Amino acid sequence: MVSAVKVENISKTYHTVGGEIAALENISFDVFQGEFVGIVGPSGCGKSTLLSIIAGLLEPSSGQISIFGEKLSGVNPKIGYMLQRDSLFEWRTIYKNVILGLEIQNQLTQDRKQHVEYLIKKYGLENFKNHHPSQLSGGMRQRAALIRTLAVDPDILLLDEAFSALDYQTRLAVNDDIYKIIKTEGKTAIIVTHDISEAISMSERLYVMSKRPGKIKMQLDVNFDIEDRTPLSSREAPLFRQYFNQVWKELDVHV
Amino acid sequence: MYEEVSIEQKKYLHKLKTKKRLIIVLQIFLLISIFVVWEVLTRLNLIDPFIFSSPSRMVNTFLRLSKDGSLFVHVWTTLWETMVGFLLGTVFGIIIAIILWLSETCSKVLEPYLVVMNALPKIALGPVFIVWMGAGSVAIITITIAVSLIVTVLEVYTGFLETDAEKIRLVQSFDASKKQILTKVVLPSSFPVIMNALKVNVGLSWVGVIVGEFLVSKAGLGYLIVYGGQVFQLDLVMTSVVVLAVLAAFMYFGVQTLGKWISKKY
Repeated sequence: MVSAVKVENISKTYHTVGGEIAALENISFDVFQGEFVGIVGPSGCGKSTLLSIIAGLLEPSSGQISIFGEKLSGVNPKIGYMLQRDSLFEWRTIYKNVILGLEIQNQLTQDRKQHVEYLIKKYGLENFKNHHPSQLSGGMRQRAALIRTLAVDPDILLLDEAFSALDYQTRLAVNDDIYKIIKTEGKTAIIVTHDISEAISMSERLYVMSKRPGKIKMQLDVNFDIEDRTPLSSREAPLFRQYFNQVWKELDVHV
Repeated sequence: MYEEVSIEQKKYLHKLKTKKRLIIVLQIFLLISIFVVWEVLTRLNLIDPFIFSSPSRMVNTFLRLSKDGSLFVHVWTTLWETMVGFLLGTVFGIIIAIILWLSETCSKVLEPYLVVMNALPKIALGPVFIVWMGAGSVAIITITIAVSLIVTVLEVYTGFLETDAEKIRLVQSFDASKKQILTKVVLPSSFPVIMNALKVNVGLSWVGVIVGEFLVSKAGLGYLIVYGGQVFQLDLVMTSVVVLAVLAAFMYFGVQTLGKWISKKY
């Protein structure tokens, strides 16, 4: 089986006038189609750098990424990227925001537009199509941002601390919401976060990264044995605490 | 949201409305009282109307100038010079800011020049333009452009640089070209900055035109002011200044309304 994402020996060094900073060191892992993989690590461990490299926005110093067996070079239409904040454009309506990717890629065909309409309807944004982002709740905005990413029909979604701008309660709800949408659409996802609970509740497999230079310290298969698992039901599972403690110990956080 | 409005809410809104009205009334009152006091002081000969003019003398001058049509010639001359200078200064300023944004090297190279040119009082270049372009409208418009151009470049370019980096990353993740980053993100998100630059430019354009007319012209409100000053006709000077103030205010509100209209439309 070909990996959806194959990360092989990725290293990244940043160069500044003050010297070199090793951000990532020899990272390798595979993500298979339909999987939900989490990456946790302390702040500044280079996990966002790793995601930028997989998104094709940043060149690695060494190593290579393959997407469905093809070597990655530059931005790839098979990959959708979700950033920390929803980054909806205030000067565009929700509909105009959602079709932004299609507009940029010059793909505003009848087919695609119909698909967007379908997504908007299915995920409850129909009544907000002509609203501006500021008129929507945080959760709704996140949905709109996800639909914007789904509109260009990527196979793989990268979520870079995608929920960190939300308050805790909203975040729990949005975790559940976005997870269900991504599963329904049958996408593969890599989620990067510093929130251990969030990572465990959403992932089927988890990689724990060390402090800078970021290396993979531990791989953890997360399996709760519950049917139709969601982030919220995972949080209630008895095993959740065990996983949490395992990751916590491995992260070795000191104040 | 569409529930019945409570009495308290009604009271609050009423209070707000009353306050707003009061302010407008006071504003008008202030304007009228300035002119009334001015008129009374000159009538009582407490200040010399020959030096300070007076509202009634200004009205007479205004009527006289309107009747023989010369006022419209002067107003029109100043107005079109200002408009052309304003538009060219703004358009060139934005274009240069875009070029600086497109090429980092270009902006780095030009930075010290821009800083010095910004600090330089552009009026000092007036005589140079007059020698180069002759004493006429072209020189006046050039002075106007010189006054507003650099400020526009700096302000708009700074606005471009303040564009949210994450929004740029977002469109980059859709493989946007540099041109698309400019048109889809940088320009629309800098719209408030551009509108602000436009408002500042309205004022600066009037400065440029009036100074230009001081230096060279044979027509225009700046010319009337200088001429009136030289022949000690303060009625003429004051009337021109008031007409100028009214025109400048109209242009300012015009730009403001345009900005509101555009931001509502998009």
